[in-house]
Amino acid sequence: MNWKQYFSTSIGKKLQMSLTGLFLILFLLVHCYINAQIFYMDGGKRFDEAAHFMGTNFVIRTVELGLFAFLFIHIIQGLLLWSKNRSRRSVGYQVSAGNKTSAWYSRSMALLGTLILMFLVLHLFKFWGPNRFSQLTGGGELKLYDLMREEFQLTWVVVVYVLGCISLGWHLIHGFYSAFQTLGLNTFKYKGIIRTIGIGFSIIVPLIFALMPIAFYMHWVI
Amino acid sequence: MQHYNMNLTLKVWKQKNNKAKGSFESYQVKNVSSEMSFLEMFDVLNEQLVAEGKEPIAFDHDCREGICGMCSMYINGRAHGPWHETTTCQLHMREYKDGDTIVVEPWRANAFPVIKDLVVDRTAFDRIIGAGGYISVNTGNAVDANSLPIDKQKADEAFAAATCIGCGACVAACPNASAMLFVSAKVSHLALLPQGDPERKIRAVNMVQQMDTEGFGSCTNIGACEAECPKGISLENIARLNREYLGSMLSGSKQG
Repeated sequence: MNWKQYFSTSIGKKLQMSLTGLFLILFLLVHCYINAQIFYMDGGKRFDEAAHFMGTNFVIRTVELGLFAFLFIHIIQGLLLWSKNRSRRSVGYQVSAGNKTSAWYSRSMALLGTLILMFLVLHLFKFWGPNRFSQLTGGGELKLYDLMREEFQLTWVVVVYVLGCISLGWHLIHGFYSAFQTLGLNTFKYKGIIRTIGIGFSIIVPLIFALMPIAFYMHWVI
Repeated sequence: MQHYNMNLTLKVWKQKNNKAKGSFESYQVKNVSSEMSFLEMFDVLNEQLVAEGKEPIAFDHDCREGICGMCSMYINGRAHGPWHETTTCQLHMREYKDGDTIVVEPWRANAFPVIKDLVVDRTAFDRIIGAGGYISVNTGNAVDANSLPIDKQKADEAFAAATCIGCGACVAACPNASAMLFVSAKVSHLALLPQGDPERKIRAVNMVQQMDTEGFGSCTNIGACEAECPKGISLENIARLNREYLGSMLSGSKQG
């Protein structure tokens, strides 16, 4: 079989989900680290420096293209797998096992992913889009810290951001573990470690993200 | 444990054949002993139906010792009923009390078409095994049993995987009707032993391709299969199957 065929079987498609998912996890880590600079309480000085680097560095901007490609594959392949898997049982059960045999979030990855996507559209529209537009039209970079402070005064924006982070957390709790399982790394020896790190990551990173709009809204950072 | 009798209401899936449209039918079963197995309760019901001149309910069964994997009932939302690591024949009526209603359905998966009532066609599993679940051996006398040293842990893991009885509960329990736990068990018990080595690079790939052809869904690592498996086949086997697949992908030849 050639590479294309290897990536087209049911395991191959899961590998696409796993590898793109792990890349997105790495992205979250970097994004979280950069944005957490607001908590230096220095009026956004360090944050703006970091944002300037990320927004203008050639390597970062190139990786950004890869990020969008991987995000696209993750979304499209995920939705295709979801619809294909649903079609594998044309006649459903009268009584379902519910949560007795599996966790609700592990069965709801497509739903959680769609919620994250809806949040993401708003998020790109609020920050990434205007900033890149300004850069491309010669207006230079926007003052992202000021933009955050302004946007996060709106209650509905803060609520949507917090809900987005909650969806992300549940998506990650299954996704982190699942990515390693698909790569075959959840052996007797490592599965406990992977599970623990996965749960830790899924709570801590979305929590830090959620604290950002809350902190601006509550005027903890100004 | 105190013995008692009970009257039950059964809602059972009735379907004339593969083409027919099925539906649920209700039955009253009287004086069921708490010491009967679930299949014995069905025997009693069928005798009752035959005596009334009605058609008995078709269901699969064979050894009734929990080792053959034939009995395949989806009982109140659970493959083989609510007991852990138990086949339907080993589920006993002491689980239920007088007046209970029990819904019994066949395994539901497009890859397991209904033959009649609760009997489904599981030959898709045989075709998956045919695609790669074999080893090459030389003809002639059998080799000495101790000529191939195998370490204890490997032997135990291979044996644990080999306890899979191919009942299909993993497929029935999976929201995606995926057969990954079954395939992973069949790949694992050969992958762990030196006898399985010659076909290593093509086995996982060929079996996964056959699994896809049969119309099973893909694994989303939910774990409902492991929770319902009567033999306790673990998800580590699926990780091993994924490793075998990756190994073939990264280092295999173009064969297969």
